[in-house]
Amino acid sequence: MEINEIQDQIIEDFSVFDDWMDKYQYIIDLSKELKIIKSEEKVEQNVIKGCQSQVWLSAEYTNGKIIYTADSDAIITKGIISLLIKVLSNQSPESIKNADLYFIEAIGLKENLSPTRSNGLLAMIKQMKLYAIAFDHKENR
Amino acid sequence: MLDIQKLRLDFPILQTKIHGKDLVYFDSAATTQKPQVVIDSIVDYYTKYNSNIHRGIHSLSQLSTQLYEDARETVKQFINAEHNYEIVFTKGLTEAINLVAFSFGETFIKPNDEIIISAMEHHANIVPWQMLCERKQAILKIIPFDNDGVLDLDIYKNLITEKTKLVSVSYISNVLGTKNPIPEIIKFAHLHNVPVLIDGAQSVQHEKIDVQKLDCDFFTIAGHKAYGPNGTGVLYGKEKWLDKMVPYQGGGDMIKTVTLQKTEYNTLPFKFEAGTTDYVGAHALATAFKYIESIGAELIGNHEKQLLSLATEKLSKNEAVTIYGNAPQKSCVLSFLVKGAHPADVGMILDKQGFALRTGTHCAEPIMQYYNIPGTIRMSFGMYNTTDEVLACCEMIDRISKMFQ
Ligand SMILES: Cc1ncc(COP(=O)(O)O)c(C=O)c1O
Repeated sequence: MEINEIQDQIIEDFSVFDDWMDKYQYIIDLSKELKIIKSEEKVEQNVIKGCQSQVWLSAEYTNGKIIYTADSDAIITKGIISLLIKVLSNQSPESIKNADLYFIEAIGLKENLSPTRSNGLLAMIKQMKLYAIAFDHKENR
Repeated sequence: MLDIQKLRLDFPILQTKIHGKDLVYFDSAATTQKPQVVIDSIVDYYTKYNSNIHRGIHSLSQLSTQLYEDARETVKQFINAEHNYEIVFTKGLTEAINLVAFSFGETFIKPNDEIIISAMEHHANIVPWQMLCERKQAILKIIPFDNDGVLDLDIYKNLITEKTKLVSVSYISNVLGTKNPIPEIIKFAHLHNVPVLIDGAQSVQHEKIDVQKLDCDFFTIAGHKAYGPNGTGVLYGKEKWLDKMVPYQGGGDMIKTVTLQKTEYNTLPFKFEAGTTDYVGAHALATAFKYIESIGAELIGNHEKQLLSLATEKLSKNEAVTIYGNAPQKSCVLSFLVKGAHPADVGMILDKQGFALRTGTHCAEPIMQYYNIPGTIRMSFGMYNTTDEVLACCEMIDRISKMFQ
């Protein structure tokens, strides 16, 4: 599936919730689907700064696609990364680089997460895109 | 009995809606909200009295100076200091401790001297002493606490030696809520002629403080945690110490005479108030203290204790909740964790429902290291909180904790 198709799917999934408690419950459930980073990759170098909780992110490049893995000690953060990975993992560096992640705003995450948390969210996205740029570079060298 | 509903009307911010819900403010240990009289006192000052203090012959400057010194007198009476020149206005509690760490340190601390703090201190009562010890090659010793959050006084008594120069401990822990046995700590230190500094960040807003009765050598207050404005603080110090201590900062007002070669310092308390102080803040802080007195510190404290026991009782029933800090003498804050959730997870969902609770390490990382936890969720109380708010919050926490099991 393409990035925007996945985003639209997520927006639709979220549209059934009219209560924030339900949205959070869904995000908590999503946290269990996160593809967890290998323990040996849980190192300082892979820590994402700007989150109240600890977040690790790693990426692998195979067959023209990037596969992300991550982890966090906070469950909601984990659920959100899980969403991001759903959208961006298994895509080409080119499309990740250019992705417009409109789903975040559409499901209310951007404005509704606390400022410290939103910063973390932005830092996460930035790091995912940086990986895409790096792999893209390698490819085109 | 306090009429909480009436009292709440004094605090305009309590009418705020958060995500469409009524704000329930449980973060008074971080900073209290301000009553209208305090807010008005600031606006009034700039509207009617503003002029630099101690510097002008003109009427406004005299009036402003008078208000500033009146504020000092109010603070003196509020904590029952012996002299008003033992009251130094600072820009916060952190500055008050740094002032002592510097000025007391420069005056009295030599290599291998010892300073004692506890393991439950806020960073503001750790880092300045570490810096001092580094500067002077002095030694920092730590009073440990047990699993309930109670200081080990036997160890404390063994820590004191002839090398001990100062003891610095908090009145009430901002994380564990422990009300430390300050009178006993002071008495023992004084047996060995060791002065004691009290971090009073969580004190005057919850109970009547009498520095002469406590017999502490230094007492520090954070104005913004005691219904006063941000950027204000108080250092109380016994004359016998303040008098001998070198100044903290140089500048205007702290001098008697200045030539380009040499400066003679001003008398107390001005020696420690370099530059234009926040005289508007000092006036507003005095207004806050008068407000506390008008309500009654004891009534406030009793009310908050009721809220604390109610919250403790409710949360103790939830098996997914662990409370940190179970000292028999406890006040004003309740720290806890929900099984399976990071503190930020819980704080974030609570926020969505209008409940303002702080999450994290609360600037007391050694406590988190002791319990080996990433932080806590902290419910803290002010005079304006109600039992209904506590019940609603505990119910919400029950609901949230189910989401993580
Ligand atoms: C026990 C304690 N000490 C010191 C401080 C520092 O106060 P401030 O940052 O206002 O100077 C606080 C504030 O959180 C506190 O709770």
